[in-house]
Amino acid sequence: MDRLALDVAHLFAGSLVLVSFMLLYQDRMTGLINTFAMHALVVSFSVAWQAYIQLAPHLYITAAIALGVKAVVIPFALHRIVVRLGIHRTIEPVVGIGQTMLAGIGLVALSIMVMLPITAQAGTLAREDLAFALSVILLGLLMMVSRRNAVSQVIGFMSIENGLILAATGAKGMPLVVEISVAFSILIALIVIGIFLFRIRERFETVDIYVLHQHRGEQP
Amino acid sequence: MGLGWLLWCIALLLGTSVAAAVGARHRPASTLVYGVCLGTSAVALVIAAASLIAGRALTGEVQLPLGLPWLGAHFRLDALAAFFLVVVNLGAATASLYGLGYGSHEEAPERVLPFFPAFLAGMNLVVLAHDAFTFLFTWEFMSLSSWALVMAHHRERGNAAAGYLYLLMASFGTLALLLAFGLLAGPAGGYAFSDIRLAAPSAAIGGVVLALTLIGAGSKAGIVPLHVWLPLAHPAAPSHVSALMSGVMTKVAVYGFVRIVFDLLGPPDWWWGAVVPLIGGITALMGVLYALMEHDLKRLLAYHTVENIGIIFIGLGLALAFRASGMQAAAALALTAALFHVFNHSLFKSLLFFGAGAVLSATGQRDMERLGGLIHRMPLTAFAFLIGSAAISALPPFNGFVSEWLTFQAILLSPSLPQFLLKFLVPAIGALLALSAVLAAACFVKAFGVSFLGRPRSDAARDATEADRWSIAAMFVLAVLCLVAGILPGYFIDALAPVAEALTGARLPQQNELDWLTIVPIAQSRSSYNGLLLFLFIALAALLAADAIHRWASAAIRRAPPWDCGFPDPSPMTQYTAGSFSQPIRRVFGAVLFRAREEVDMPRPGDTRAARLHVRLHDVLWDTFYVPTANAVQYAAQRLNKAQFLTIRAYLTLVFGALVVLLMVLAVWQ
Amino acid sequence: MAIAIDLLVQLVQMSVVLALAPLLTGFVRKLKAHLLRRQGPPLIQPYRDLLRLLRKEVVLAESASWVFRVAPYLVFAATWVAAALVPTFATGLVFSYAADMIAIVALLGSARFMLALAGLDVGTSFGGIGSSREMMIASLAEPAMLMVVFTVSLMAGSTQLSSIAASMQSPEVGLRVSLALALVGLVMVAIAENARIPVDNPATHLELTMVHEAMILEYSGRHLALIEAASYLKLLLYISVIACVFFPWGIAVSGQGAAAYLAAIAVYGVKLAAGGFLLAVFETAIAKMRVFRVPDFLGAALMLGFLAVLLLFVTRAG
Repeated sequence: MDRLALDVAHLFAGSLVLVSFMLLYQDRMTGLINTFAMHALVVSFSVAWQAYIQLAPHLYITAAIALGVKAVVIPFALHRIVVRLGIHRTIEPVVGIGQTMLAGIGLVALSIMVMLPITAQAGTLAREDLAFALSVILLGLLMMVSRRNAVSQVIGFMSIENGLILAATGAKGMPLVVEISVAFSILIALIVIGIFLFRIRERFETVDIYVLHQHRGEQP
Repeated sequence: MGLGWLLWCIALLLGTSVAAAVGARHRPASTLVYGVCLGTSAVALVIAAASLIAGRALTGEVQLPLGLPWLGAHFRLDALAAFFLVVVNLGAATASLYGLGYGSHEEAPERVLPFFPAFLAGMNLVVLAHDAFTFLFTWEFMSLSSWALVMAHHRERGNAAAGYLYLLMASFGTLALLLAFGLLAGPAGGYAFSDIRLAAPSAAIGGVVLALTLIGAGSKAGIVPLHVWLPLAHPAAPSHVSALMSGVMTKVAVYGFVRIVFDLLGPPDWWWGAVVPLIGGITALMGVLYALMEHDLKRLLAYHTVENIGIIFIGLGLALAFRASGMQAAAALALTAALFHVFNHSLFKSLLFFGAGAVLSATGQRDMERLGGLIHRMPLTAFAFLIGSAAISALPPFNGFVSEWLTFQAILLSPSLPQFLLKFLVPAIGALLALSAVLAAACFVKAFGVSFLGRPRSDAARDATEADRWSIAAMFVLAVLCLVAGILPGYFIDALAPVAEALTGARLPQQNELDWLTIVPIAQSRSSYNGLLLFLFIALAALLAADAIHRWASAAIRRAPPWDCGFPDPSPMTQYTAGSFSQPIRRVFGAVLFRAREEVDMPRPGDTRAARLHVRLHDVLWDTFYVPTANAVQYAAQRLNKAQFLTIRAYLTLVFGALVVLLMVLAVWQ
Repeated sequence: MAIAIDLLVQLVQMSVVLALAPLLTGFVRKLKAHLLRRQGPPLIQPYRDLLRLLRKEVVLAESASWVFRVAPYLVFAATWVAAALVPTFATGLVFSYAADMIAIVALLGSARFMLALAGLDVGTSFGGIGSSREMMIASLAEPAMLMVVFTVSLMAGSTQLSSIAASMQSPEVGLRVSLALALVGLVMVAIAENARIPVDNPATHLELTMVHEAMILEYSGRHLALIEAASYLKLLLYISVIACVFFPWGIAVSGQGAAAYLAAIAVYGVKLAAGGFLLAVFETAIAKMRVFRVPDFLGAALMLGFLAVLLLFVTRAG
């Protein structure tokens, strides 16, 4: 594999981590959804490039699914939901954005520290992708735990899925069937969550999950 | 030979101390004591500097028949001791010079004069001591004599509490060091340092000794969270003693750490190199943030001591990390950076405390909110304080920048370390270091700007007069040294080479033969710095601009009331205060670290009450570490209190029970 | 002989930065005006401003001390020296070893220290507000800058700008996500340090959110001219650093002929123009943020710098 191919793959994977950070930085609903669209876009570029350099045409389909569903359909649907529900446009984080970002940096350091030594035998590309993918997954989880809003939790969940795709393509060989089923399960999850959102909203006039806890009598 | 002279100097100091105890009430006693201290410290300084530069020629070891009969008192002068003696005696000499003038204002000279020479002697002895017993004894002697000086003004509010806390922390620290030496000496009990050096402790014991040394020496030096006594005790003493405690005694504590960890403990584990710089980084950041929240000039300086100790420990920790991985040259660089910062900090911290002392004796104020405009009344003090502020803020071309620059160069070598944890941790510590350096600059803009610039905020500040000439002389000696160490750092780095070589086995490249006195820590293509050229260029460019403007453009000046966007207010209370200056930084960092809360009390329209802004800060470290400890001690004391009211029979039962338990322990042990 | 040429290049560099700095600011102002469909002042307006200020008398506040009068000269001198040590059109300047990238950043810190003190000197509330906010911004911008320096110098194995420029031109560097992050971080720092939108507005007075302009509110005459010149130089310096580190193509190296140097100066002019153009477009497209959003902005720059350092290890391990 020549240098340039490797460099471009590295660039895409690294950008995915960066976009994950941008997701953490957003404090507006629309900005968050647009950034997620960018996340999906970068993942589809990354997969497409892997398809090109690994000569694995079935990955093109993965890339196309990522591009079509996650970069276009889901953001579009989310925008509609946000508008229809009139959800409050700013996102209230549980902890401050600065601290979340610091924690995120720590998570990236952690995943690099974990992944690089244990994948010492693997190829350069797989090592980088695995380290980056773990970072993306951890950042997605961080986003889910540090935001109270249901929509940002959905987006955090889907960014985790993008991280999984990155890991799978880097490791050469996620079967297409698995990929398609994952994509569909995500879509179904989205639908389910969307329905839930409507139900929550009907009942409590808000999508802040804090209210749900109150309803169950829990201390958040 | 040098060692003998030094010991005679110390004996002279101790003799002066005894004589002062007898004759402190006589009028010329103050001049006499400080004069003798000045002369003795100057002689000791020359000897120490000569033996540092001349290398092995003047070093030596001697055993005196004092102390424990089977051990004796060992003293040794080697490169490390010589360097720290330079720091100690330079600080001592300038403090004595300052004391010649400042000491004449002293209300109770009999509470200061006997202890001042004793304190100097104690610090010299710690550095020279070469067995565990002498080290601990002189260490405690140093602590107690400085405690007596802290208590000199015991009637002022808060000083007694500060002294109590200091005594508590000092005893705790000495206990930790005692245990550390116990572990180092091992079951054989060789307490001479030369015996300890031969014994190789196991990795586990090494770790415990490191922790104990960090507690023992670190509490004296002021690493977070053991720093709490320092900002209370240092400012409570008379100002020249504050300078000695902050500028010099904390360095003796650093010496204790270096001596034990680098010299006696043997090869380090790699994780030491993660723990020590991390503690250093946290100390540096917390120290400067505390300082920013502080409005008391001397206490602000004391918090900056905490910050600079953090910077020194970053360098020391990096040296440990590099040494553990066999990178001797990098370890030498990091150690040189740390030791150079030790020297630099002793210069500018003494200078700044002298300035604060001059302000204090001129106005009777330590609270910056009641100062202002002093630059018009005390121009020389203000100039010296400005030099010190620029130096401590790590601004080129002064000395503070050089040692921080060297630390950054050491940090940039960290990617070659094999451990991934260190690869990531060390750049993060670099960010902490950069953050604390800039925050220090912000803090000294505040300290200098609010105290010396602007308009006077109180009558005392308006009527201030310039300090006496001895104090001015002491400040200017240090200010000149700050500049010299900043523009000619090569000579100082070369002088540190034998110390680095003794402790890490490598030395930096010879600096003083390079063109234009540039310093090159690793290689010319990698990094270089030339303070001399920068200084000359800035001076030249500024003069060029001034000359050109005054020759060809207007030189006219008209004095007028300030513009202030058209709404100048004559009341000096409308100026920016220290509290308002640090408000943006408080909002950025304080909400988390200090749980800062601002409450605005705004009267309704028509109400003539003044609007008020309340700021509440919590010392989180105090609340998490010290309050629970104090509560536990209180609880235990209340429980034990009952034991004071028992019958004779009950006491006898207790004694009998204790005896039986001890005998049983002995039986099981064997 | 070679020394003489190097010295000459150094002198040319010092004069070039001084001569070009006002032009760059004028260019940015003109472009911004055009983007807003206004005529805008002529390109040479900054020169005229400087000359006019130099000829005027200084109105000095009664409570001002010598710090207030000395600060402009020191600020100007420190900024000029810093700008003269950045390789703009040629590397291997004869005195470039006097200060590496860290020292250049610190030199600008010295200038800022003096200026912030001058802001407090007269004892007015506007000066204080400016100084205090300037130091708050600096306290976040400088660590971010240093993280960028770390990234770049870890890749190049040097903190000398000349060596960095040389090693960035070598084919081994390639595309690196760390470099992109460092570039973005550096641009954010440059915007904050130069008091540009969205952090501060260079074109306004009498606005409670101003920072830099509040600090220098009491200055007039030749003092103000020097401070303005220093701020022009600072803008030029940051664009030059960005160009030198990330776009080092076309820089002449020591020992080339006069033609090469002339070509390099032309290339440098093009880079400056491109930088100024991008700055003008960016400033027009974005709104100024509240002062207490600035820490988030600079915190993001710091995080980017740190992320760049972290991701570097992924590359290095490969």
